[in-house]
Amino acid sequence: MTTLSAKDVRPPRQRPPGALRRSVSRNLTAYGFLSGALICFAFFSWIPMVREFILSFQKTNFVNSTEWVGLDNFRTVLDDPAFISAWVNTAIFTLLALVFGYIVPFVFAVVLNELRHAQGYLRLIVYLPVMLPPAVAVLLFKWFYDPGAGLFNQALGVVGIPPLSWLDSTTTALPSLVIVSTWMNLGTGTLIYLAALQSIPSELYEAAELDGAGLFKRVWHITIPQTRLILLVMLLLQIVATMQVFIEPFLLTGGGPENATVTVAYLMYQYAFSFGNFGGGGALGLMLMLVLIVFSAFYLRVSRDRT
Amino acid sequence: MSQSTVQRPVRAVPDSPPPPKHTRRRRKTKERPQQFRGLVSPHTLTTRRGKIVYWTVLTFVITGFTLAFVFPLYWMVTGAMKSPDELVAVPPSFFPEELNFSVYAEAWELLDLGVFLKNTLIYAAGAWFFTLTFDVAAAYALSKLRPVFGKVVLALVLSTLMIPPMVILLPAYLSVVELPIFGWNLLNTPWAIWLPAAANGFFIFLLKRFFDSIPRELLEAAQIDGASPMRILWSVVLPVSRPILGVVSILAVVNVWKDFVWPLLVLPDSEKMSISVGISSLSAQMPQNVLIAALVIASIPAILVFLVFQRSIMAGLTAGSLKG
Repeated sequence: MTTLSAKDVRPPRQRPPGALRRSVSRNLTAYGFLSGALICFAFFSWIPMVREFILSFQKTNFVNSTEWVGLDNFRTVLDDPAFISAWVNTAIFTLLALVFGYIVPFVFAVVLNELRHAQGYLRLIVYLPVMLPPAVAVLLFKWFYDPGAGLFNQALGVVGIPPLSWLDSTTTALPSLVIVSTWMNLGTGTLIYLAALQSIPSELYEAAELDGAGLFKRVWHITIPQTRLILLVMLLLQIVATMQVFIEPFLLTGGGPENATVTVAYLMYQYAFSFGNFGGGGALGLMLMLVLIVFSAFYLRVSRDRT
Repeated sequence: MSQSTVQRPVRAVPDSPPPPKHTRRRRKTKERPQQFRGLVSPHTLTTRRGKIVYWTVLTFVITGFTLAFVFPLYWMVTGAMKSPDELVAVPPSFFPEELNFSVYAEAWELLDLGVFLKNTLIYAAGAWFFTLTFDVAAAYALSKLRPVFGKVVLALVLSTLMIPPMVILLPAYLSVVELPIFGWNLLNTPWAIWLPAAANGFFIFLLKRFFDSIPRELLEAAQIDGASPMRILWSVVLPVSRPILGVVSILAVVNVWKDFVWPLLVLPDSEKMSISVGISSLSAQMPQNVLIAALVIASIPAILVFLVFQRSIMAGLTAGSLKG
């Protein structure tokens, strides 16, 4: 097919005099405007993204010059008994955080949406913990978890339940971290669901009611399907956010007791800043990146469809 | 880089600029529609049984929420005022024995909170400035000036949204220790907070989407009058973009204020620490009541900001998701 139709052969466009110069100057201006942001992205996002790969195949310790070590860093990390614990803990943490942090805000939102009074107050206070700096919330809960005089054991005592050892026992330590994390983050989900709920047309509920659908049937057949996109977006966001969990183990337990609360991000930090092994940390970071990128990409896809 | 928790949330924010003149009025009349109904029909609520159930649920919810979200804060504020002996008493006292505000002064002195607060303020203000300057300029260039390879640049910027900050923590830290090409060491300087904060793909996305919806005619009119791109940005685009600028400003400041891991790494010098890092680094050596007092002081700015900007914060969080 080498013949060209008349349509394909465009006459050379007549540029008005000075058009080229103007286009060059427009592009220069545009890149001038872009320069600040591009420099920041280059140094703190793009170069680090590439360097993450390089780092995990190198030995870096600021003293000697860096050298390529092949898969050594991965071998070191894989042989570490904490490695398996870190992934298992991160998985359990994410799962528990979803059970609480994902379902509870939805239930809160559904209930709040029915109330005709005090809604302003309730929305305000549910979001209050989100505004606190996470370090403050976590240190506050550290005090509540105190096995002796902490608020939680005192409260259990009132109900007649024997005190728990919270952060000091391998069984309760990880769930304790989940509680703090949920407490300080659930306001976001609640308010977002609440907004989504208010856009459900009333007619749907009216029709369902006329058809004799009970309260739970209405939730199941109308509320959930009508909000499924936002539910999916929030699910992905939450998985990505909770799998990066760091501050809770860092401030509350230091990974203990017996590695019961070591998470991948925390182990990565330890490798780099406690063991001085940036390569090992880089290898862990790379693995975490590969896992999270799947969820992130899916999230971006879904949320683009939505807008 | 500066966001580590659920700070990338959901397409926030109004989608299009309001018609220039009615900005204020339109935002205030955002009430729920009159005939709103949820799961339960208004009719059911007027029956006797419906009323009883409704008021029971309401009381239960108000009590529960207050206990869950306000009581911990009350416990914190009063806990600070209790003496170390009173703190460990079983059962605990509901009110402190005496209203002893001196512990707050003590915490301020012992932990050098003035320095930490000042540092955090500087970091937040600078991050706000650089974020707004760089990201607004970039979004404007991508949306309105449309240079060659603009699409590629946008794709690269949006690709950073896929990389959670935690996973490039170490290589980003290495960038700070020795800035590529220049070789400068930014550790313990405010630049280590300011510049990474401006590299925020989400803000550029929000701003660009908003700028995209500003009608062309508005800009062309200015162009015909001979206004330069800078002038158009300043006197045409920015004035109609106030809502989105507000949202980005608040998010930018709150991000820096809440961030922990990043300042922990790049500001190790105790003179330079942000308030979160400063308090947690000293937390082990402080008497319990002094530490709690410090926590109270650290929460006050955040809560004040929230109470003042409540409307924009919540609107920023949820407005976009209304379009579900």
